[in-house]
Amino acid sequence: MSGIIVEKVWKEYGDQIVLEDISIEIEDRAFVALVGPSGCGKTTFLRMLLGQEQATRGTILLDGVPLPKEPGPDRGVVFQRYSVFPHLTVLGNVLIGKEMTAARYSGRLFGAARRAAIEEARALIAEVGLSHALDKYPAQLSGGMQQRLALAQALIMKPKVLLLDEPFGALDPGIRAEIHTLMKRLWHENPMTVVMVTHDMREAFTLATRVVAFERLRDRPEEKLRYGATISRDIPIWPPRRAGEPSLIRPDRDGPVQKGQ
Amino acid sequence: MRWINVRPSSGMRLTLAVAPFLIVLGAYVAGSAARLADNANDKLLPGLSSFVDAINRMAVVPDGRTGQILLWADTAASLTRLFSGIGIAVAIALVVGMLIGMLPTMRALLAPFVAAISMVPPLALLPILFIVMGLGEGSKIALIAIGVTPIMIRDLALTATTLPREQIIKAETLGGSSWQIALRVVLPQILPRMIDTLRLQIGPAWLFLIAAEAISSEAGLGYRIFLVRRYLAMDVIFPYVLWITLLAVATDYILNRLRIAIFPWSELEKNT
Ligand SMILES: Nc1ncnc2c1ncn2[C@@H]1O[C@H](COP(=O)(O)OP(=O)(O)OP(=O)(O)O)[C@@H](O)[C@H]1O
Ligand SMILES: [Mg+2]
Repeated sequence: MSGIIVEKVWKEYGDQIVLEDISIEIEDRAFVALVGPSGCGKTTFLRMLLGQEQATRGTILLDGVPLPKEPGPDRGVVFQRYSVFPHLTVLGNVLIGKEMTAARYSGRLFGAARRAAIEEARALIAEVGLSHALDKYPAQLSGGMQQRLALAQALIMKPKVLLLDEPFGALDPGIRAEIHTLMKRLWHENPMTVVMVTHDMREAFTLATRVVAFERLRDRPEEKLRYGATISRDIPIWPPRRAGEPSLIRPDRDGPVQKGQ
Repeated sequence: MRWINVRPSSGMRLTLAVAPFLIVLGAYVAGSAARLADNANDKLLPGLSSFVDAINRMAVVPDGRTGQILLWADTAASLTRLFSGIGIAVAIALVVGMLIGMLPTMRALLAPFVAAISMVPPLALLPILFIVMGLGEGSKIALIAIGVTPIMIRDLALTATTLPREQIIKAETLGGSSWQIALRVVLPQILPRMIDTLRLQIGPAWLFLIAAEAISSEAGLGYRIFLVRRYLAMDVIFPYVLWITLLAVATDYILNRLRIAIFPWSELEKNT
């Protein structure tokens, strides 16, 4: 189970109210797409789910427990940029999560434990289609490949929640379609809830089970500071998509993606 | 074509690189010849043959009094001091720099202090060092360390704080503790910068070394230069200065190669 309950959350920076009175229940295994105009606080909301920022008022529960005040291994993240470590190879980037979890002081694995971790990392790297680039550094990868790597890196932790902040915003349309297929497959196959910020409506409606729009309801210049954005739309996708289940109506589009597709 | 787009060919680049050296050498030879023509005993700009003589005396034939080859003995003494001082500086700068760069509490405690310390002119401390630590090796090594550490600390702290916040967050979501993030994410990424900082500090380090050696020493490149200064022995001073420059250039080159060899990704990042 990895349901998220957000209760009457407000976020203020100094005098400026960014988000006001956000309440939403995100069910286990949902894929929520967050949309809204630039500057309305989508990233801020995602950061609060991540634990990087604290709500000024209100509570956020994950599995019924208040979120810890800092990021942790139960919530994975992929940013638009800087998500992977430039000093590690593809394999090293995926391995590092395993290593830091297992080896408290050295942060490194040796011998059999290392071989087992490499095995697991390789499988995940193959899953995102980077097997041919195992020993390359991020600077040698294209933008799309870096984001695939970031996904694999996050997924090796088996997070309950995967948070994505415009992860595919900088990719060109062809690559984006490809990575959407991958994203859909990963969501079907891994037991996680996904919250993704995007500016691309098409992306939101292709991937999500639910599209949530943030908006400032009062947006005149003199109201900018005093009123924040809140949830203005909450659209369930129909026919419903369910993680791991083939869709009855459009299996090709909405069902779990077959390997190799 | 615009000047900004004109790129020399590789042969041209070599020619251009060598030209200033040849010009300086030519100017020296001409100046020296002119002075020697005026006065055969001129000491200010000795001719090339006196250099050959002096280099033979210093670098090939053992010294009559000590039985040592002076240049090598001086070089060994100086480099030992230099690298001891730099080694201490690097160790301190890495630890303190990372503390300041990573931990807000440590930044609050140490950043203003280091900023103030880095403004103290190290040479002004030299008398204090000689009084407190005596005239031995300790005070010379200390001067070098004191001279270059604060700037290295500040540079490394800056490098650590400018790592994208996303990376640190990402590392936290990968289960990293503060210690693990320091070890696996921050340290490897500031090490290449540390080598670059070190390269920039080689010059100041030599300055402090020579200043300390000039005042009190029994051997060392700086000591020798200031010793023979009394006899206006330009034929020794010039080769020594050249040799020191050569050592510094070689250190710089080796450090850069070392960075590329150990951290190949840092070179890739530079090109993106
Ligand atoms: N650390 C901060 N301090 C002060 N104000 C901030 C801070 N972070 C964000 N803000 C403000 O909060 C508002 C929302 O920012 P946020 O980055 O969440 O927008 P966004 O919806 O993600 O926009 P975009 O679609 O352009 O990424 C902005 O007006 C921004 O100025
Ligand atoms: Mg944003």
